Amino acid sequence: MLLNVSKVTVQFGGVTAVADLSLEIGRGELIGIIGPNGAGKTTLMRVITGMVRPTSGRVFLKGTDITGWTIDQRVRSGLALAQQIVKPLATFTLAENVALACGSRRMGSPWRAMTTLDRKAELEQAKALLELVGIGAAAHDYPSEVPLGYLKCLELARALALEPDLILLDEPLAGLNQAEAAEMADRIAALVTDARSIILIEHNLREVVRICPRLFVQDHGRNLDFGPTQQVMANPKVRAAYLGGGAD
Amino acid sequence: MAYEIILLTTMAIMVLFALSLNVITGFCGQVSLGHAAFYGIGAYTGAMLTKAGWPLLAALLPAAGLAGLIGFLVGLMSLRVRHDFLAITTMGIAFLFVGFVRKQEWLGGEIGISGIPAFAFGRVGLLVVAVVCTGLFAAVTIYLKRSWMGFGFDSISDDEDTARILGIDVPRFKLWAFVIGTAGAGVAGALYAHHVRYIGPDSFGFVESVTVLAMVIIGGIGSIWAVALAAAVLSALPLWFQFVDDYKLLIYGLLVFAVMRFSPNGIAGALQSLKRRAR
Repeated sequence: MLLNVSKVTVQFGGVTAVADLSLEIGRGELIGIIGPNGAGKTTLMRVITGMVRPTSGRVFLKGTDITGWTIDQRVRSGLALAQQIVKPLATFTLAENVALACGSRRMGSPWRAMTTLDRKAELEQAKALLELVGIGAAAHDYPSEVPLGYLKCLELARALALEPDLILLDEPLAGLNQAEAAEMADRIAALVTDARSIILIEHNLREVVRICPRLFVQDHGRNLDFGPTQQVMANPKVRAAYLGGGAD
Repeated sequence: MAYEIILLTTMAIMVLFALSLNVITGFCGQVSLGHAAFYGIGAYTGAMLTKAGWPLLAALLPAAGLAGLIGFLVGLMSLRVRHDFLAITTMGIAFLFVGFVRKQEWLGGEIGISGIPAFAFGRVGLLVVAVVCTGLFAAVTIYLKRSWMGFGFDSISDDEDTARILGIDVPRFKLWAFVIGTAGAGVAGALYAHHVRYIGPDSFGFVESVTVLAMVIIGGIGSIWAVALAAAVLSALPLWFQFVDDYKLLIYGLLVFAVMRFSPNGIAGALQSLKRRAR
């Protein structure tokens, strides 16, 4: 099992954002997490990445309990994250943004970082990754000089640069028009390999249903359903909660 | 000639002191308002050791070591705070240092330490040592800036949270910046003690911390050559012109205000934008 989220509960003061959630993901999977606003999707993602500590429950990555680990420890162990609000390093070019991610696994130790000068290989790798996500021509531009769609692709390239086993994508299609969203969704689906899985948190139901073989549905912090996409979408409870239709 | 040697030694020591803060604030983006405390730790360590019979060159290492060690501890305690809170925490260190030294009779208390032995090779020898130490530290910072550590520092300075998401071990990188920067300040302090041959707690107070920060800001946060230039000029001005010495804080304050208003990236930033316009 690649990722095992076991009975996780997150409370903020008196509010329960995530209640007793469990989720298991193997290698080579693309799973969509859907749910209405306030369902706790982003909180669940933050528990997996270590940005939020669960009130109870555990998170395992490749069989190792990572519940108490920091974000960067998780990243160096095979997790990557692309956030809903793109956060490029503003003073770095797009290529440098990706190159830093390319080298960060090896440069985890400051001593090693201090004794290493060459960035050529990482910059070449970064340019190749930017080509892969379709923005190779902007490799030497700064984030302030490119449109939002490019920055979304940059997030993807940075995540790939970490050579992760599992990528968490938080609303990568938000802010994109229909054509851009479809193109990005295809790009995401193509990134799944036998060794690499992706968790996609997304509001664009059309694209999620199109590319994700399995769906995990959240509502009010609880899991409503988890299974093959067509089966989940046919669940009356899911339709009621997410689409606003009747449960019958 | 003696005046020029004193002037150049002062400039070299201040450049070293400013470059050491530049590693913490300029490279890694961690604002420190208490850097003079580490300058003071180096000064007191160096002075005590040479008074006990150590040669100055041998005392420089423990001065750097103790300042670096305390810098490590302060860095460790400061890991959970950022921005304004970090500034206030480090300001507290400046007050803590002065308050501590004032009450320690073995450190000379309020009166300080006088009669610090002169360097065995005279004033010219001390100037050479100060220039060599400053040159070496500048070379180290140039190397750091070009290394992956500098790349990591840049990312932390830009956006700490994003750096973490990209796998950078932010706390350890910050600690290294604190250790390197405070060790450099320790060496500068030990040289200063043997330059003026008298030190007291007030030589390392909050005003000195703000003064060195002003040098880094006016030069251009993160730029090695511009910070060195600003430190050299600003440390020489009070010796060149009596009125600058009388109104030092006022003049530095006005300069910082002007830089923040017209060129937030300091002299380095202003020259860069001029270069861009010329193209």
